[in-house]
Amino acid sequence: MALIVDIAVTHIAGRGRQTLVAIVGVAVGVGFSIAMAALMQGGQDDFVRQLVDTMPHVDITDEQRTARRQPAEDYFETVAISGLRPRDDRRGIINPTAATSWLESWVPGRFAASLKTQGVIRYSSREIGAAIIGVEPERESGVSPIVGKFVEGSFSALAAGGNNVLIGNTMASRLGAGFGDTITAVSSEGLTRNFKIAGLFHTGTTARDEGEAYVLLKNAQILSARPNAINEIRIKLDDPNRAPAVARRAEAELGYKAVAWQEANESILEALVVRNVIMYTVVGAIMLVAGFGIYNIISTITHEKARDIAIMKSLGFPESDMRRLFLLEGLVIGAAGSALGWLLGFSMIYALSLIRFEIAATGQEMTRLPIAWSLTHYIIASAFALGSAAVAGYLPARRAARLNPVDIVRGAT
Amino acid sequence: MSALIETERLTRILPETVPVTLVKDVTLTINDNEFVAVTGPSGSGKSSLLYLLGLLDRPTGGTLRIGGRDSEPMNERERAQTRLSTLGFVFQFHFLLPEFTARENVEIPMRKLGRLARPVMRERAGELLSSLGLGEHLDKRPDQLSGGQRQRVAVARSLANDPPLILADEPTGSLDSKSSEQVFTILQNLVRERGKTVVAVTHDLDMAARMDRRIHMVDGKIS
Repeated sequence: MALIVDIAVTHIAGRGRQTLVAIVGVAVGVGFSIAMAALMQGGQDDFVRQLVDTMPHVDITDEQRTARRQPAEDYFETVAISGLRPRDDRRGIINPTAATSWLESWVPGRFAASLKTQGVIRYSSREIGAAIIGVEPERESGVSPIVGKFVEGSFSALAAGGNNVLIGNTMASRLGAGFGDTITAVSSEGLTRNFKIAGLFHTGTTARDEGEAYVLLKNAQILSARPNAINEIRIKLDDPNRAPAVARRAEAELGYKAVAWQEANESILEALVVRNVIMYTVVGAIMLVAGFGIYNIISTITHEKARDIAIMKSLGFPESDMRRLFLLEGLVIGAAGSALGWLLGFSMIYALSLIRFEIAATGQEMTRLPIAWSLTHYIIASAFALGSAAVAGYLPARRAARLNPVDIVRGAT
Repeated sequence: MSALIETERLTRILPETVPVTLVKDVTLTINDNEFVAVTGPSGSGKSSLLYLLGLLDRPTGGTLRIGGRDSEPMNERERAQTRLSTLGFVFQFHFLLPEFTARENVEIPMRKLGRLARPVMRERAGELLSSLGLGEHLDKRPDQLSGGQRQRVAVARSLANDPPLILADEPTGSLDSKSSEQVFTILQNLVRERGKTVVAVTHDLDMAARMDRRIHMVDGKIS
């Protein structure tokens, strides 16, 4: 085998420029694949991170997945009951204290209970429909998407007590209200209460900046005339990937709908999978092109070396050795190309990571390209390169091995 | 004296649209320590016969026994192994691997066979080349050697694994008279001094006359 390696290396070294072109071909393919994968993966990770950051990992709401069975349906075994007037459900999570203390006992992360009610925010005759969210400031700070996103004031203003409200800066400008102004909240129950704007936040999520108002839990309970009620528990986990398991357990035990972020964003995550398929298709296409380069050089070598093949076969090298020889030459080029490609890919990623640019829309956020540094990309790109090198080397190698030495020897004499 | 090669009605026909007969019904025996000339006009099938004897080509009819072993049931790998260990080829053109030095070329069959340690192979290659008067050219590549020198390297290579049989296809065909004589003497010494069997195809009748035995071929048959 060492002999075959010697001969292979000699063949490759014997045609420096041609080999270099083939190696560079593979290297460019590998390099760009790695860089592209890093960018795509980076973008995806960044996207998912934002998704995960802005929403609860598990959201438990006072809803059931299937409509509640009416008592009459339990009592009478009839074919169907129609015209039934359903009993009013008391909305909200029943026995919130027990639910929260149970969650406290096992959930690996933080959670906060809140009461969300639909209402209208009114200021100087302007009205905006909003979700009025009642929170407990200490617990809420662990799960809230708005903490640390304040343009004016801060989240802790809520904890200070009193009739304070935190709203998004977009809502404030639509209302024409500013920091310190007093707005009026009207609930769907028809109750009214005045709040002082103690903070303006900007999260970048329009629905939130324009449509959410945060008040103390007890104020929300008063507004909706439901003392001690809560209707949502939001959980942030230490490890977001455990969300589906936590959601399943919470739903089974509490009987309320618990949605993991993966479930809530299923279609987006599916789109990401499609994106990955597209990416690997492109990587495959690049490698196919690089493979043609390898095929070309190995093919040329086998043609030029037809005489040497005849010599070696007449000396007593079996066909399998000849196949191995040229396959090895293809693989050497593939391996050298992918090593160079790693270097190229790494350099490109590094260069891209240095680029900073401004998002024009907001004008204030300087961003770097999201880049994922992952060894997997390098391994996948190399696997593609070596795979195509093996195929590109094997095809001409097989043909060369079948060459009949007599044809060559006879032709020469 | 035992039979090294035995053939019976050995035939090789090229399966073209009009079949071409290269070798027809050749029955012969070649013994140990013989110096055999195969002569005949061009196209008489003498080279084709040599390729058949050297297991480079497969006969379409008849039998070939080499070293007492029937060649018919051998697969490609066994034929290659037999070429490696019991046969040495010398062609009209030197057929050395151009990227390797004289010594490396001689080492290649030994490395393929792998019976010796690397330093021993190197030493043996050097000795073989020196014995053929190439002691000063061990590390030269083929393109730095003259035609006669290359042909002597090729002879040294054919001896690498110490095979009992050397098959030579017009070994002096492309050499000047002085180099021809040199190579002929070497082949002769292989038989006289080393006990080898040499079968050489040649169209040089003077040379053939100086060998032990002559096989004359016309139209693929022994005449």
